[in-house]
Amino acid sequence: MSSLAQVSAVPRLEHRGRVTQLRVALSEWTKLRSVRSTRYSLFAAVLFTIGLATLACAVVSHHYPSMSPRDKADFHPLEVNLVGVQLAQLAIGILGILVITAEYSTGMIRASMTAVPKRLPVLWGKALVYGLVTAALMIPAVLIAFFIGQSILSTHHINAAFADPGVARALFGAALYLTVVGLFGLGVGAIVRNTAGGIAAFVAIMFVLPPLMNVLPASWNNAASPYLPLAAGEAVMSVTPGNHLSPWVGLALFGGYAAAALAVGAVVLVRRDT
Amino acid sequence: MIEAQNLTKDYGDKRAVDGLTFRVEPGVVTGFLGPNGSGKSTTMRLILGLDRPTAGTVTVNGKLYRDHAAPLHQVGALLEARSVHTGRSAYNHLLALAQTHGIPRRRIGELIDLVGLQDVAKKRAGTFSLGMSQRLGIATALLGDPYTLTLDEPVNGLDPEGIHWIRNLLKDLAAEGRTVFVSSHLMSEMALTADHLIVIGRGRLIADLSVDEFVRKASKNIVRVRSPQASALRDLVVGPDVVVETVEPGVLEIVGLSAEQIGDAAAERGFAIHELTPQHASLEEAFMDLTREDVEYRTGQAASEPEEAVA
Repeated sequence: MSSLAQVSAVPRLEHRGRVTQLRVALSEWTKLRSVRSTRYSLFAAVLFTIGLATLACAVVSHHYPSMSPRDKADFHPLEVNLVGVQLAQLAIGILGILVITAEYSTGMIRASMTAVPKRLPVLWGKALVYGLVTAALMIPAVLIAFFIGQSILSTHHINAAFADPGVARALFGAALYLTVVGLFGLGVGAIVRNTAGGIAAFVAIMFVLPPLMNVLPASWNNAASPYLPLAAGEAVMSVTPGNHLSPWVGLALFGGYAAAALAVGAVVLVRRDT
Repeated sequence: MIEAQNLTKDYGDKRAVDGLTFRVEPGVVTGFLGPNGSGKSTTMRLILGLDRPTAGTVTVNGKLYRDHAAPLHQVGALLEARSVHTGRSAYNHLLALAQTHGIPRRRIGELIDLVGLQDVAKKRAGTFSLGMSQRLGIATALLGDPYTLTLDEPVNGLDPEGIHWIRNLLKDLAAEGRTVFVSSHLMSEMALTADHLIVIGRGRLIADLSVDEFVRKASKNIVRVRSPQASALRDLVVGPDVVVETVEPGVLEIVGLSAEQIGDAAAERGFAIHELTPQHASLEEAFMDLTREDVEYRTGQAASEPEEAVA
C-alpha cells in the first residue's frame, strides 16, 4: 500500500501486438493450468484409469482359478483393463464443462470477452488446449494401465499382448474417446453456460438416455442405440462382438456429436449477451 | 474518444438504455453519473461489446469495440467488481489476459507494483477484499497501456488512501491525452475527479456539461434572513425574479438576491436584521434535484415527501 502515493503515471508499453488464435490458445493454457479444478479432475482421471485397471485385474486374477468355464469363455483381458475409463470419462467430461461454465459463474467471461471481443478464438483455444492436454495425459495413462494390468493377468497366462489384433486400436481409441468426451463436455458447457445445468445435460445425454431407450420396441432400440453418443464412442474400445458400430466409425460419429455441440456453443457465444 | 449514437438497450420489455447520444473526449476525465439502476453499467457493457445494443451504435476510437485488432491497447476496462476467476491468482489472471495480445510478462509485475498488490499477487483472487479486487481490476484495465479507459465505479470498496490514489491516477491518465470515462453514483466524488459530466437517469441523457457549469447551475443561492419585521421585508423584496419562503415566523429564505442586496434594502428601510446567511445547495442535493424524476428505486419516505420540501 505504501508504494501507491509515490507512483503516479502508468509505465508505457513499447511493443503493441494484436490478438491471434495462437496467443489466445496460450492464454487458455495459462487459464487451464492455473486453477485447482484442473489438477484435481485430471489427477482423478489418471488415477481411475490406472488404479481401477490394476484393481480389477488383480481381482480377476485372484478369482480366475475358481471362475466357471462360461465366465472364462466370456472373459477378455482388455475389457477388464479398461474399466477405469468408465469413471475417468466423468472427471474429464465435467472438467470440460467447467472449463467454460466456471468463467460464467465467476464473471471471468467478461474479462475474457473484453480481451477477445470476437469471442470465437476463446472457444477454439479452449477446445485445442483441453483436447491436447487430455490426449497427452490419457494416452500414457491408458498404456501404463495396460502394461500393469496385463502383467498381473500374465500370472495366469490370460493376458493380451500389445500386438494382438485390436489391442493397440482399443488402447489409443480409449484415450481418444476420453479426449472427445472432454470436448463434448466443453460444447455442452458453452451451450448451457451454467455448471449444474451443464453437468445435468451431459449426464442425461451420456448415461440416462441409453437405458431410456429400453422403452422403445426392441427392434427400434437395437437399431437406434448404437448411434447414441456413449455407445458410438465406446465402439472404438470394443474387443468383443456386439450390437455396436465399427470402431472408427463409432468414434467418428461421437466426434461429430462433440463438433455439433461445439458449433451450437459457438453460435450461442457469438449471439448472446455476456 | 467514445461516441454513442442513439444507443438503446432492452432487456425483455424493460428499456435499460434509451436513445443515448454523447461523446467522451480525450484529455479530460469524464464522469458518468446517475442513480443506481439508471443504465450506467449497461452502457459500459455496450461500449465493450459485452451486450449488443437493441438500436443505435457506440464506437471507441472510431470503431466498434469488437472490430479492433488489439482491443486491450485501445480500451482498458474496469468491469463490475469481480470479473475474475476466484480460483486463479492475480498474477495468472493478468498473465492470461496479457497473453491474448502478446504483452510481455514484465508488464504484469510493473502493474502489480503500481496497484500495490505485490504481497498477494500469488494468492487466489477469491480471497481478495473488495478493495483488492478493485486494484486488480485497475491493473487489468492498464495492462494494454490503452488510449481509452472505461471504469465502472472504480472507487467502490477502496479505502480513503486508495480513493485519493485513483483520483490522481485518473487525472494523470487524462493529462497524458487519454480518454477517461468513469461511472459513479456519487456526485461529490465526481466533483473532485471529473472535468466533464454525462448524467443519465432511467437510461436517458439528462445532462452533458462541464463540472464547473454543473456547480454553477447547482448553486441556487438561498439566503436565510431572520428579522422581527419579516413580513414587511418579504413584501419589500418579493418580485418576479425573487422567491421568498417563510420557513417559520420571523425567518425567510430568499432566492434571487444576494445577501448584500437584501442587507442594503433592509438598512434603507431601517429594518432590524438578526441573521443574514447565504446557503449553498450541496452538489449532492443538486444532483438529486436533477435526477429526482428519474430515480428508479426511491425509498418509500422520500417518494411521499412533497416536492417543495426536498429542494
